[in-house]
Amino acid sequence: MSQPFIQVEGISFEYTINNHKTVPVLENVSFDVHPGEYVTIIGHNGSGKSTLSKHFNGILKPLSGNIYVDGLNTREANLQREIRQKVGMVFQHPDNQIVATIVEDDVAFGLENIGVPSSEMKARIDFALDAVGMSEFRKRPPHHLSGGQKQRVAIAGILAMKPDCLVLDEATSMLDTYGRRDILDVVRRLNNDGMTIVSVTHHMSEVAEASRVIVIEKGQIVLDGAPREIFQQYELLHQLQLDVPLASQLARLVHEYDNEFQADLIHNEEIIQEVMRLSAKRGVYVG
Amino acid sequence: MSDSTILEVKDLQHIYMEKTPLEHQALSGVSLSVEEGESIAIIGNTGSGKSTLIQHFNGLMRPQRGEVTVEGQYLSDPKLDVKALRRKVGLVFQNPEDQIFEKLIGDDIAYGPLKMGLPLKEVRDRVKWAMELVGLSFEELKDRVTYALSGGQKRKVALAGVLALKPKILVLDEPTAGLDPRSRQELLDQIVRLNEKENMTVIFVSHNMEEVAYLAKRIYVLADGRNLIDGTPGDIFGNSEVLSKHHIGAPQTVEILAQLKARGYPVNLKAYEIETAAKEMVSVLQSFRR
Ligand SMILES: Nc1ncnc2c1ncn2[C@@H]1O[C@H](COP(=O)(O)OP(=O)(O)O)[C@@H](O)[C@H]1O
Ligand SMILES: Nc1ncnc2c1ncn2[C@@H]1O[C@H](COP(=O)(O)OP(=O)(O)O)[C@@H](O)[C@H]1O
Ligand SMILES: [Mg+2]
Ligand SMILES: [Mg+2]
Repeated sequence: MSQPFIQVEGISFEYTINNHKTVPVLENVSFDVHPGEYVTIIGHNGSGKSTLSKHFNGILKPLSGNIYVDGLNTREANLQREIRQKVGMVFQHPDNQIVATIVEDDVAFGLENIGVPSSEMKARIDFALDAVGMSEFRKRPPHHLSGGQKQRVAIAGILAMKPDCLVLDEATSMLDTYGRRDILDVVRRLNNDGMTIVSVTHHMSEVAEASRVIVIEKGQIVLDGAPREIFQQYELLHQLQLDVPLASQLARLVHEYDNEFQADLIHNEEIIQEVMRLSAKRGVYVG
Repeated sequence: MSDSTILEVKDLQHIYMEKTPLEHQALSGVSLSVEEGESIAIIGNTGSGKSTLIQHFNGLMRPQRGEVTVEGQYLSDPKLDVKALRRKVGLVFQNPEDQIFEKLIGDDIAYGPLKMGLPLKEVRDRVKWAMELVGLSFEELKDRVTYALSGGQKRKVALAGVLALKPKILVLDEPTAGLDPRSRQELLDQIVRLNEKENMTVIFVSHNMEEVAYLAKRIYVLADGRNLIDGTPGDIFGNSEVLSKHHIGAPQTVEILAQLKARGYPVNLKAYEIETAAKEMVSVLQSFRR
């Protein structure tokens, strides 16, 4: 197997509040993310997902243990800039991430920060806005865009820095169905082109599309595997205050009434295919 | 308007930054009518005017043209008692951070009841009641600092702050965005309880159609600042072509049924609930059995 892109080695983390009280959040967490993987992280509110995500590009440093990004230890201050260029983060509220009054200036802002020469900037901005399908909006003020469009601008700002890995922390949770689909299409395309994706989400249908899902509870990993396997653990997920995709619920219900119908489906499209398969098998013409 | 109408909107218009180059007409004549004790969803794609509309309900925005009345009282009246209105109509914003001001959770939720001049004992009882209602432990969290909360926890705090005022009408803008599945379900169940047991009128905006299907008895659909259609969830979701034409999602059950229907299977698109959707599919499959 390839050399891991992110190595999380036994990290623990706690916040200190009111100068003395501590809130333990992460406890001895270890896992690897390999280049080109699409990993989703799920867990209930407060389980530590955002805290974990902020470790991936060194915004937070572990109290104990180590994180390596492409072999670089996030603890080392002089590697900070290089690590932020390798791992870009997008958060929940696009409003908090957009700083400039014109879309293309917003994308340029991050580039100036990392010292990209101005000769190279235009090409990078073109590439990034094109990748998220926002080129025609480049001269527009961002605050007049819809939530989904703003979020695409925020992603463009990150893409312009050409990261190897994109971390999305509930980046679609404030968007409507169409806005979310737009973002997920962009992300899927980036992943197909080789970008490593780590996405924190509450949308189980998004999880179903990923290659892997990590379930965290009270700052520890409790499940880690392919979505189809994980979603069979219906009871356990329920105890962890989580859910399975609607397609899985529907497949299980139909299976209860008609046990030839496969129960372990996780995508809407699989449901359609299964209905077609069974009706064809039972040999009745549809039309 | 019938006796039990609690909130009515007639031909409401709103223009942002009127007479500037950035002028934008967000509402172009919206009307709706809500009966006491109803649970109403307002849906529509991003930018259709949902948030602008509901910010009129507690006087945060005043009608520029058209009318909004709450219990027969005109909200365009310059002598309107806004404080009394806000006690009657509780509004929870789309972004909870816009609504949390105090350093400690308990203080933040107590703010409204204190302003109402309630005795301290009553304030404390209400804070406890509201926190437990949204699933925040009073003992554990009342003295926690608000900035150290996760997004989902902040949303619960903002909601508790509004519930502590015990409003007659609860208005929610995307109440469960960012909540995990269990918190979402618990919150929805609490809202159903407030609606059914405490007879609180509920008006909410949502783009989560599963949630709309679960909570709403009636749905208004907006497009470009205008009414598009309204009706029961069955009526609206059964009309999935109109929804997709206006870029409004349908429940996933309906999307699956619509795809089956497009392939020639005789399924009923009104079966938006998961059990009924499953039964539709089962009956189709059984009909093939010989
Ligand atoms: N800046 C902070 N200071 C103190 N505690 C925090 C801070 N941010 C988060 N927490 C606490 O850490 C825990 C994990 O939070 P978070 O990582 O945001 O969870 P999630 O993203 O899974 O919802 C929660 O109990 C939260 O209240
Ligand atoms: N403060 C504002 N200034 C200018 N335009 C605004 C403002 N708030 C909203 N708008 C615009 O008004 C329209 C309706 O917005 P909104 O009511 O937030 O829609 P929704 O909640 O349905 O997404 C959108 O086109 C939006 O860009
Ligand atoms: Mg989080
Ligand atoms: Mg809105």
